[in-house]
Amino acid sequence: MDFLNAVVALSNFVIIPALAYGSQLALGALGVTLIYGILRFSNFAHGDTMAFGTAIVVLATWWLQSLGVSLGPFPTALLALPIGIAGCAALVLGTDRVVYRFYRTQKAKPVILVIVSMGVMFVMNGLVRFIIGPDDQRFADGERFIISAREFKAWSGLDEGLALKSTQALTLVTAVVVVAALFWFLNRTRTGKSMRAYSDNEDLALLSGINPERVVTVTWIIVAALATIAGTLYGLDKSFKPFTYFQLLLPIFAAAIVGGLGSPLGAIAGGFVISFSEVTITYAWKKVLGYLAPEGLEPSGLVQLLSTDYKFAVSFMILLVVLLFRPTGLFRGKSV
Amino acid sequence: MNDSLRATLLFALVAMLILGTGLMQSWNSALLILNMGLVSAVMALGVNLQWGFAGLFNVGVMGFVALGGLATVLVAQPPVAEAWATGGLRVIAGLIAGAATVALAIVAWGRMARGRARGLVTTAILVVGFFVFRWIFDGGVAGVEAVNPASTGYLGGLGLPVLLAWPVGGVMAAGAAWLIGKTALGLRSDYLAIATLGIAEIIIAVLKNEDWLSRGVKNVIGLPRPVPFEIELQQTPAFVERAQGLGLDPVTASTLWVKGLYAVLFAIVLVVLLWLAQRALKSPWGRMMRAIRDNETAAEAMGKDVTGRHLQVFILGSAICGIAGAMMTTLDGQLTPGTYQPLRFTFLVWVMVIVGGSGNNLGAVLGGFLIWFLWVQVEPLGRGLVDLITAGMDADSPIRAHLVESAAHMRLLTMGVLMLVTLRFAPRGLLPER
Repeated sequence: MDFLNAVVALSNFVIIPALAYGSQLALGALGVTLIYGILRFSNFAHGDTMAFGTAIVVLATWWLQSLGVSLGPFPTALLALPIGIAGCAALVLGTDRVVYRFYRTQKAKPVILVIVSMGVMFVMNGLVRFIIGPDDQRFADGERFIISAREFKAWSGLDEGLALKSTQALTLVTAVVVVAALFWFLNRTRTGKSMRAYSDNEDLALLSGINPERVVTVTWIIVAALATIAGTLYGLDKSFKPFTYFQLLLPIFAAAIVGGLGSPLGAIAGGFVISFSEVTITYAWKKVLGYLAPEGLEPSGLVQLLSTDYKFAVSFMILLVVLLFRPTGLFRGKSV
Repeated sequence: MNDSLRATLLFALVAMLILGTGLMQSWNSALLILNMGLVSAVMALGVNLQWGFAGLFNVGVMGFVALGGLATVLVAQPPVAEAWATGGLRVIAGLIAGAATVALAIVAWGRMARGRARGLVTTAILVVGFFVFRWIFDGGVAGVEAVNPASTGYLGGLGLPVLLAWPVGGVMAAGAAWLIGKTALGLRSDYLAIATLGIAEIIIAVLKNEDWLSRGVKNVIGLPRPVPFEIELQQTPAFVERAQGLGLDPVTASTLWVKGLYAVLFAIVLVVLLWLAQRALKSPWGRMMRAIRDNETAAEAMGKDVTGRHLQVFILGSAICGIAGAMMTTLDGQLTPGTYQPLRFTFLVWVMVIVGGSGNNLGAVLGGFLIWFLWVQVEPLGRGLVDLITAGMDADSPIRAHLVESAAHMRLLTMGVLMLVTLRFAPRGLLPER
């Protein structure tokens, strides 16, 4: 019985939240990794791209709600998602045209592009705050829980309740669908293959008649879609606040680098490595250990390795450790 | 137009902007802009040393600035005797245990032969060491933080003159930079960027959470000052007399006098650092640095120790940022860890360097003043602009309300546009490198 309680507590406070957070990070890191692989720079504006797409989704959700449209048990934001993706894609394609293309044709050094992306980050950050303000916005509706802690306790007879928020389940399902679609696209379609070819060897790809501008355009559209989906899922699960999205940059980069920049599979693995380390290291293990420890030996303290405010520190530490032992990440990313 | 004329004209322009603030708004805000402009110029000088001289991409400026701020507390605040008595030594012992664990693990990793045993032993040392460290450390921290938490709850500092904190801030930042440089400088350029971004977040997390050290988000207020207090001046008959002789009321005169004294102190630091940086740029060392920046492989082939030089310049630049951080906290008179935000203390400094002219020390200084001036003034300007646009609108229209509210966010937008326009049309900045 105690063992079961421990398992339930563990899934409730560690496994489920870490899986949801990890999926959000993985989708974010996929965007970073695609830009790195194809446009060949680390995009500092990615967090704000996520924030922009999500801001559009939030506004569209409110508009739909005001019209009385809803998806029943599902959040209305799902209906607003395509609008957000379209808005975000328009923004990044516009940015590419006005800003990045110039440096691409100049064959500027990657580090110049990184600095340029810092400027883009400022503009997007200001834009998002201009559109929706710097405050917390709530836009989640629909059913809150799939399994609520009380129902679970009554059903199972355990002391520990298991709660599964619908946003967490939604995050996982969406992430699986999106990742499957992305891999199908990259591996099976002509455009996807040309993207991979371009990423592996630019000159060879150009030689075989791949249109680089088309590859770049498709990449930005995919990145916009990934960023908006990741941002919306994060916002539904937690809440939407522009500054939080800007701060997500660090764990997202950490995920992409831990997996190996430029490797989509690595981005996913990296996302889960980062999220599980963050959650397990900042979780207070008192409860779980209390169930597992023999009578009388239960821990008296919280058994929390680090306070939750150190979660960025955790992602960074993981990053450093991985880089020290595998300088190009777990899945051997590329380097420019 | 030759370079020095261009520099003179641009500096004159910035001086006029600040003087204009004094004439049209108030001398008080002009001096505020000047003081923070001086501090910003020092930060920009530090970043320029790393990026402009050596091509090192440091986006962890905020962390070094914050360390400088911490130095002010550690040097100048009076020690809390009771806290030292209850847990001070235990906290120190805990930190030593932590450092010893890491050192032991590194030694074990270095000495043992490759294989599974090495990994297991190192992990075991780290895990056991971590719990020993937490056991010693946590007890001490609990003791220290329990001592009068409303006003102290931390160990305090050494009670030394606050000006000493400036060099100490530089040394602390240099120490952190050495640690980061040792681990991250071998990595590729964008990995270094992420590494510095991460370290800055860690430093802020420590400042916010380790109450025994910095009082965390409870802030340390009332730091000692290197200049007299306004209220003292107002009670000094000689000062009041002189102020009245100049036709000023004593309250205004005292605030201006104090800010002016700060400006003099900051200007001395800036001039000394600028002089040193100019000397460095023109020395064989500076030429070697730029040679490494422009072609690492060639420089290495010529026998230059690229990683060693990078480490050196990374430490120097970070130290300058630390000095600027200590200066800023001294000016504020308080340490508020919650206010350290990367947009303000890292990325804005980068805008200064890019717009001013990377690789040119005078350019970085100019960028520091100019961008700081804009950062302060864009908000009122934006509000004025919005008022102008919305003048014809209904007083309670929601669009107008939204625009007025959003005017505050104009600064980020403006800074971004400014940076992008500079990078596109004048990539070498207002004062290009010669």
